[in-house]
Amino acid sequence: MKLSVNNLYFSYGDQCILNDLAFEAGEGEFISILGPSGCGKSTLLNLLAGILKPQRGQVRIDGKETKGINSCFAYMPQNDLLLPWRTILDNVCLYGEIHRRKEQMKEKARAQMARFGLQGCEDKYPDELSGGMRQRAAFLRTALCEAEIYLLDEPFGALDVITRSTMQDWLRELYSNWSRTILLVTHDTDEAIYLSDRILILGKPGEGIRREIQVKEKNRTREWLYEQGKLRAEIYRLIQEETK
Amino acid sequence: MKNITRAAPLLVILILLGIWELTVRVGQIPLYVLPSPSATVFTLAEEFPTLLRHTGITVLEALTGMGISFAVGIIIGILIDAMPTFKRCIYPILVVTQTVPVIVLAPIFIIYMGFGYAPKILTVVLMCFFPIVVSFSDGLGQMDEGYLNLIRTYGGSRFHLYRIVKIPSAMISLLSGLKVAATYSISGAVVGEWIASQSGLGYYLIRAKNGYMLDKVFACVVMIILLSLLMNGLVKLFGWAVLPMKRRRK
Ligand SMILES: Nc1ncnc2c1ncn2[C@@H]1O[C@H](COP(=O)(O)OP(=O)(O)OP(=O)(O)O)[C@@H](O)[C@H]1O
Ligand SMILES: [Mg+2]
Repeated sequence: MKLSVNNLYFSYGDQCILNDLAFEAGEGEFISILGPSGCGKSTLLNLLAGILKPQRGQVRIDGKETKGINSCFAYMPQNDLLLPWRTILDNVCLYGEIHRRKEQMKEKARAQMARFGLQGCEDKYPDELSGGMRQRAAFLRTALCEAEIYLLDEPFGALDVITRSTMQDWLRELYSNWSRTILLVTHDTDEAIYLSDRILILGKPGEGIRREIQVKEKNRTREWLYEQGKLRAEIYRLIQEETK
Repeated sequence: MKNITRAAPLLVILILLGIWELTVRVGQIPLYVLPSPSATVFTLAEEFPTLLRHTGITVLEALTGMGISFAVGIIIGILIDAMPTFKRCIYPILVVTQTVPVIVLAPIFIIYMGFGYAPKILTVVLMCFFPIVVSFSDGLGQMDEGYLNLIRTYGGSRFHLYRIVKIPSAMISLLSGLKVAATYSISGAVVGEWIASQSGLGYYLIRAKNGYMLDKVFACVVMIILLSLLMNGLVKLFGWAVLPMKRRRK
């Protein structure tokens, strides 16, 4: 499914957040969104998911304008939003429960628990987990959704370097096996380079997309990533210009 | 140290009872003015079979009233949360029902509904319904909008919003409303019986009072207190059953 966004405008009161924003995401494309804190990345995802309504402009899927919350998207918000009275397993299987496939999904989820470093946590409650574990649970919950386009808002923000790279590898695998479209908001330049086909760099609120960077490499390994010093420096410079 | 903190409330009660007992004995206060704690306990034991018979009736009225209040309260609570217009229409009426003293309404119910259980149950409903509706509808509206949007993006319907997020999140709030209602339920039934009846603790109470048998009045009051505590315990049990987190922590 092709996602396209046209002259999107959104403001909170008279504070303009997004102005005339436009971009496209082809089927199966992996796009990262980088930008300074407060520039409107989460707002953009909320607009795409239909939680917020654009004041001008449209969000289109395969050319058709979306109205309100749309089931083409699987959205992982910035905060984990685990229901405190449900066990981790019940939280993770929320999508399956709503779509009457809870038992199947439980099996799927159990199979992934170890990979996500959540083995033994199935019957625990969210407040018994660390911040990073909660984030991984929220990520697993999103990954188990059956949707065409994944909107991930800093899914690995609270993780340490090692777990973060495990999760990145997992996401990469998921992506190459399923050919889903993914929009990833992140603060981590390496993460963006390692995972995405295209990186969008947002400016200050209201400035929109300042730069678009293509990453063409097919065979990505950690070694390859370490050699991308030039790209990293360029992105760093661009973001720094924005925050000045 | 910890033991002292735990024993302190009990100690205070014992001291108060001691002072009371002593005052009655030393001052030789007659039974029809103030019975001593020991006399009250003695009467309670003596009258226990009679009290138990009346208790059964009062509890029946209180539980029925609570059951009705609960069922209606849950439905109205959901409607209030789901429809702002409904809330604006019904809320003022609910508040008005609470401003009229029960002691005024109870006799009117008896005029309309006769001397059976119905007017007593209605008195209980009138007292219990309000805390349940208010606590439940407040609880339903409390949860962060983010959770609701999450369910919506997962393709959940309104039914899912209530079943998965709103109703479970309202449970803690509902429980405090239920605790208030449970305590009111017994006194509601007793007030109804007090006005006119042939049985129940309220009936027993008014008979004892009219005969200046204050030890019986006090024994009956002890019974009412115990029942109210018991109702409270039932609510706690309910809480334990519906809140999985509570079960885990114990
Ligand atoms: N509910 C709201 N009401 C008013 N202003 C808001 C609201 N939510 C966000 N904003 C403002 O909109 C701007 C963009 O917020 P947003 O959450 O989209 O930023 P972000 O790019 O996701 O930042 P971060 O990287 O820190 O998550 C911020 O300046 C914020 O102050
Ligand atoms: Mg954000």
